[in-house]
Amino acid sequence: MTKLKDWLVAGGVLLVGRRRRERRPERQRIVAAGAPNRRAENVLLLLFFGVTLAAAAFIAVYALDRLSNQTQWLGLALGGSFCLLAAACFVIAKHLVVSEELAEPYPERESPAAQGEVEQIVHESGSRFTRKRLVTLAGSGALGALGLAALVPAASLGPVLDTDSLYTTPWRKGRRLVDEAGKPFVAGDVREQTFYTAYPEGGDRELIGAPLVVVRLPLEEITEPRRSWAPHGIVAYSKICTHAGCAIALYRTPTFAPTQPRPALVCPCHYSTFDPADAGKVIFGPAGRALPQLPLLVDREGELRAAGNFSGPVGPSWWGVRMGKARS
Amino acid sequence: MKAVFAGLLVLALLVPVAARAGSSPPHVGIVTGAGAHGNGLEELGASLFAANCSSCHGALGQGVAKPTRGAGGVVGQGPPLRNVGALAADFYLRTGYMPLKDPRVQPSRSRVLFTDRQIRALVAYVASLGHGPAIPQPQPQLGSIAAGQKLFTQSCAGCHQIATEGGYVTGARVPPLEDASARQIAQAVRIGPYVMPKFSSTQISATQLNDLIAYVQYAKHPDDRGGWSIGRLGPWPEGLVTWLIAIGALVCVCLLFGKRLRS
Repeated sequence: MTKLKDWLVAGGVLLVGRRRRERRPERQRIVAAGAPNRRAENVLLLLFFGVTLAAAAFIAVYALDRLSNQTQWLGLALGGSFCLLAAACFVIAKHLVVSEELAEPYPERESPAAQGEVEQIVHESGSRFTRKRLVTLAGSGALGALGLAALVPAASLGPVLDTDSLYTTPWRKGRRLVDEAGKPFVAGDVREQTFYTAYPEGGDRELIGAPLVVVRLPLEEITEPRRSWAPHGIVAYSKICTHAGCAIALYRTPTFAPTQPRPALVCPCHYSTFDPADAGKVIFGPAGRALPQLPLLVDREGELRAAGNFSGPVGPSWWGVRMGKARS
Repeated sequence: MKAVFAGLLVLALLVPVAARAGSSPPHVGIVTGAGAHGNGLEELGASLFAANCSSCHGALGQGVAKPTRGAGGVVGQGPPLRNVGALAADFYLRTGYMPLKDPRVQPSRSRVLFTDRQIRALVAYVASLGHGPAIPQPQPQLGSIAAGQKLFTQSCAGCHQIATEGGYVTGARVPPLEDASARQIAQAVRIGPYVMPKFSSTQISATQLNDLIAYVQYAKHPDDRGGWSIGRLGPWPEGLVTWLIAIGALVCVCLLFGKRLRS
């Protein structure tokens, strides 16, 4: 408690400044004496008072939680205090600080002889090095290694040399398709003109190869040779767009096919559009390759199962994406 | 000042004022038979259907698969209405989606020319063509806005945007939902008009539908805590407005300060 009192007294003394500073001995002025400007000073004091008031208002509005239009009042108080502060700086700079304009010519170009001299000094200062080239090499090696160290974290963006892991998916022949709640898909319950999201039963759902988009089309609309992949016209594709890896969340499905655009799976990020009836080929948009399709089969219980792995690597494209095939 | 004017001009171009869809002209006029007002509802429905719908949907609602020149020289083509039920008929007629001038254009919200009685007659007639679902009676007041937002994010926001402002998909416009009534939302979810997918009651139950509608109705008039909503288009226009206004103000201040040096 006594310590607090000491601090308070010390603070008070500092603030008020009881002891007048000793006057400095008179020296020759550098800056010419300006005329006092009491009016500008008064304006400045008023502005500072305004800043204090606006800042206090911000605190008050912040504390009053249930105020209507609180966001606007907060902005007004804080913005107002900044504006007043800017005005105060303006008054100080324009009316209170003594100012003068000085013209100073650019310096003449130094004599070339002096420059040559500097070069000579630099060259001769290196006389203690006996193996200059080795030292230069070691120095560049050190700096180069440091630069490389700064670049290395970029390796976390994805595998660079061994891209094998990008081809593996949790799907293999016989794996059941389940919905978000883990319920298996019964082929008879899958309707046309709507879309479903499916996951591998017992597999890691976080893997990029896990989620599927499942739709049903009239069997005769599905092009050969993929018709055998689509029991009852039910097709499954990777839900991850081959362009930038967004989830394919749109299914364009016409109510009256003759006058409306074809059914299509669309990615909401950049509108890559894939044809579910024709092997997931790109109809429109920036995607560079077809959506990987998962062949399906219907088991004895009428439930949907994978009949193999995807037709191609899943996920966004990278260099060499076309060189391998999806693996389990 | 030039910079400020240029900024305002860009703003005016960037923030389009969405025209109220309800005031747009109807797609096409309608034909009402002579003495149709005096007849019973059933007879009225049949005569209105024959006059206004049969060119595209067939005389018995069996649909027209290939473009065929029908009554009044109208080239018609349209889906069968045998089992769509009262649900679809009520939706398409009360939104002004039907009648449609050209079967190849996307139906959009327009002024409705049929009277309420005429619509009820047509809906009853279409419902009598087969076995279809009845008009739903959603109760959004029982729904939870939070659950609705989650559902909307999963199933609807991809096209309609989370702010229900609509947008575009490849090959179609996505309508904003500001004029959609609770009943129309419930109907659209089950029908999937134009290229929208439809959602069965196993995918979105009646209770979930109430949540969904509660969210859409909330999203029509959200409490814009920041003040100016700027069309609720997201961070892009908001950022642009901030930059243009802030930079304009800063340029003005700089000019004010710079005056002293120039004079």
